[in-house]
Amino acid sequence: MLNRGLHLPVLHASAKAAPHADHGGRRLSLSFQDLILTLHRYWGAQGCVLLQPYDMEMGAGTFHPATVLRALGPEPWKAAYVQPCRRPTDGRYGENPNRLGHYYQYQVVLKPSPENLQDLYLGSLFEIGIDPLKHDIRFVEDDWESPTLGAWGLGWEVWCDGMEVTQFTYFQQVGGFECRPVTGELTYGLERLAMYIQGVDNVFDLRFNDAGVTYGDVFRENEVEMSTYNFEVATTEALFDLFRKAAAECENCLEARLPIPAYEQAIKASHVFNTLQARGVISVAERQAYIGRVRDLAKAACAAWIERNPSPVGEG
Amino acid sequence: MADFLLELRSEEIPARMQARARNEIARLFAERVAEAGLATGAIDVHSTPRRLVLIARDVAPHTETAREEMKGPRSSAPLQALDGFLRKTGLAREQLEERDGVLFAVIERPGRAAAEVLAEAVKRIVADFSWPKSMRWGSESLRWVRPLHGIVAMLGEEIVPVEVDGVASSATTVGHRFHHAGDITIGGAGDYAEKLRACHVIVDQDERERLIREGAAAAAAEAGLTLLDDEGLVVENAGLTEWPVPLLGRFDPEFLDVPREVIVLTMRTNQKYFACVDADASLAPAFVCVANVSASDGGEAIVEGNRRVLAARLADARFFWEQDLKVPLEEQAAKLGGIVFHDKLGTVADKVERVAKLARWLVEEGIVEGADAARVERAARLAKADLVTGMVGEFPELQGVIGGYLAEAQGEPKAVAEAIRDHYGMPLAPASAAVALADKLDTIAAFFAIDQKPTGSKDPFALRRAALGSIEIIVRNGLRLSLTPAIRGALANLAGQLPKPDAAHRLDRTVPEVLDFFADRLKVQQREAGVRHDLIDAVFALGGEDDLVRLLARVAALQAFVETGEGGDLLTAYKRAANILKKEKWEGTGATSGGELASEEAALIGALDAAEPKASAAVDAEDFTGAMAALATLRAPIDAFFDHVTVNDADPAKRERRLNLLMRFRDAVNRVADFSRIEG
Repeated sequence: MLNRGLHLPVLHASAKAAPHADHGGRRLSLSFQDLILTLHRYWGAQGCVLLQPYDMEMGAGTFHPATVLRALGPEPWKAAYVQPCRRPTDGRYGENPNRLGHYYQYQVVLKPSPENLQDLYLGSLFEIGIDPLKHDIRFVEDDWESPTLGAWGLGWEVWCDGMEVTQFTYFQQVGGFECRPVTGELTYGLERLAMYIQGVDNVFDLRFNDAGVTYGDVFRENEVEMSTYNFEVATTEALFDLFRKAAAECENCLEARLPIPAYEQAIKASHVFNTLQARGVISVAERQAYIGRVRDLAKAACAAWIERNPSPVGEG
Repeated sequence: MADFLLELRSEEIPARMQARARNEIARLFAERVAEAGLATGAIDVHSTPRRLVLIARDVAPHTETAREEMKGPRSSAPLQALDGFLRKTGLAREQLEERDGVLFAVIERPGRAAAEVLAEAVKRIVADFSWPKSMRWGSESLRWVRPLHGIVAMLGEEIVPVEVDGVASSATTVGHRFHHAGDITIGGAGDYAEKLRACHVIVDQDERERLIREGAAAAAAEAGLTLLDDEGLVVENAGLTEWPVPLLGRFDPEFLDVPREVIVLTMRTNQKYFACVDADASLAPAFVCVANVSASDGGEAIVEGNRRVLAARLADARFFWEQDLKVPLEEQAAKLGGIVFHDKLGTVADKVERVAKLARWLVEEGIVEGADAARVERAARLAKADLVTGMVGEFPELQGVIGGYLAEAQGEPKAVAEAIRDHYGMPLAPASAAVALADKLDTIAAFFAIDQKPTGSKDPFALRRAALGSIEIIVRNGLRLSLTPAIRGALANLAGQLPKPDAAHRLDRTVPEVLDFFADRLKVQQREAGVRHDLIDAVFALGGEDDLVRLLARVAALQAFVETGEGGDLLTAYKRAANILKKEKWEGTGATSGGELASEEAALIGALDAAEPKASAAVDAEDFTGAMAALATLRAPIDAFFDHVTVNDADPAKRERRLNLLMRFRDAVNRVADFSRIEG
């Protein structure tokens, strides 16, 4: 699952597979940044609000308030954004060609989920150069659940020639609340999509732009240092302390009936917990208790959000 | 008579749910038409990832006219009673029939048009359908497995008009997602499958399965390889495709260093690929994937793409394998002290320690022959070490298998590696059997000791499976094991580890509880082999028989005997004797003489004098057929005794003597098996 990190290996189409790839030299396949721009243009044209990444550490694009909080309540909502994701346990010191501790997801949320959501999604693949008559695109069952968000949904992982490129989910519950209407969520794994389109075997070899900068130029040092920090240096006492403080601050905000800052503190606690896991200091038994604690915070923030944003009269 | 076509079109239905969904739609439809009294011919059901289809042949144009008769009040009854009856039936007084002074209402319900019944049936099918998991979408309140987009409902060439939560029936559907753009108009059940085939959809799952089965085998054969058959994969791929195209690809032979099971499992579980073997049955560096498209380049890009996905996965697996190879299993085993086996039963390292002791005991006691005690103990100590390897972390279902490979690669003796590999199953090699049996017995004894027995459908620690496994190992290897000391040994290993209340429980009850549990499991296990459970009871009831091999030999001899005419007659005589003794509440007095013996009486005493020592000697020599033969010699004398001798003689001395003789007969028989437990 994309939401669990960049575990899946990546691949690329043969050179002639992607319309953008032309080894005659006239036009290159999409660079990493052009891939993002193409998706932005496509989803912007569908009426999505194009947001910038949330300025907090999080493990998946789903955690962004534009997904979690906006999935609650009756108001329509369409948004698309890139979200940097931090998975401390997935860091490999920049040595694994397929695994990163920090990577990007492209997230689209549409509420209510439109009737033609699958077609809209397939349209976006076509835009970035994937010809469905040359490639094998499949919707393979994959139910999504986030124990830390009290959320679940049904959908698929979308396969392109056996590679999982997107998580496609119809949210059923968020923060323990039924989603009415239902939000459709698309989560693209940007690095693996780019590797596929560019025909690259190592994520660090991706062309970031068309001016000679690679993904490795931008992020390899980051991977080395962050892996070292997360696995070896992070002071666990400080992290435990941070966790407690974030949880307390969350409750402080809840008392003041401020769902957004409360939710931010829940995200913070969640990330600190992820880092503690990477340090290997949380036992199997304790793990459930920590997840439960974060879930309680996130749920309370969601409840406060619903309270602050009551349904229009006659609905809900 | 027209055929009815129903297509429920949705977004992709999970492959694993489709077979059940076909049964469900057939069942719900049959129930609805039966309820309405609408006659139909055969019902066919089909599914693809995007559609669930039902075709009912020869649907009657309408339901039968129904005639219902209701008895009302007497014609002389007060007006109030009549009014009530008229209200209830909705008829007027003059429409009632009078017979012998009683009023009857005869209500004729005209037949309903088939289309009307079918429209209702469709609504009910969608509403009542039970999916393992269903969902809502958009702003709809309807639930389906994934968003429902279209309903084709046609009787003959006519649309059956029906609307389910905003989805209206029509004659139009869609073809393959990529091969055919736009709507398709269906003429009816007759042209449905062919119209869709023209649009790259094979409606029938059996046909897709056949295409995959044969196509995948052919793709392998073309490359000079043999496909490893996998029906589960055939069905799953048929549930993922509307237009299946098997394609063969190859991977780098360097990956063949990774254990074969890992490669096959990666391909199967993660990628849904078939594996292939070459002429000498070793794994070939090739795979067969099943695409859902006739690609414009013949599948070249698809194969290349899949090859790269697999290569990256195998590279990952090889990384774990190489890491694991570097760490001696002994070092891994040391880490098991950090994993809790059960809150009350210590860590996995504690369990390993107990299993090692018990396994060694099984060898030293001569119960498992042909194994070296030191090697068995070593195998037991390493058996769980692979649980902390990266490979088993990635592929939990390969526990044991990975340990076996690692042991072999790290230079452990073959018997040790084999025992590690096979100890989760029901192995035949002596060292493997010792470790496997010790592991299972320890698990059973330990959970019984803390009172965590299986109850009803709950068996969270899979103790029933462990008991069945133990029985299989004991019986198939012919292990001469008394369960009582083995369980006592297993419990002794737990000493000091159990919390106090559980320790008390252990002392009092655990051994007999475990024996009863084994008796139950043995009956279940033997039922398939056609062994009667009452005969197992008859031998168990003797008490002290906890050697399963001997017990089953005894049961087999008993079954062979009681199913002969002679055995059946002896059983009848035994029951007669037992009934008389029961009726008389006879406890025995020891008196054998008193008055003159009837000749049949004397003959029975003579027969018992001869048979008793023979039967007893045969039982001691475990010659149970011989013991049965000794019992068989009693059949004629006991029958003659019952025919000619009166037990309840007027002479109290004779009566006493004869009751004692019957008791002697009963007890003689009971020493071979408790015949009172035998049915029939």
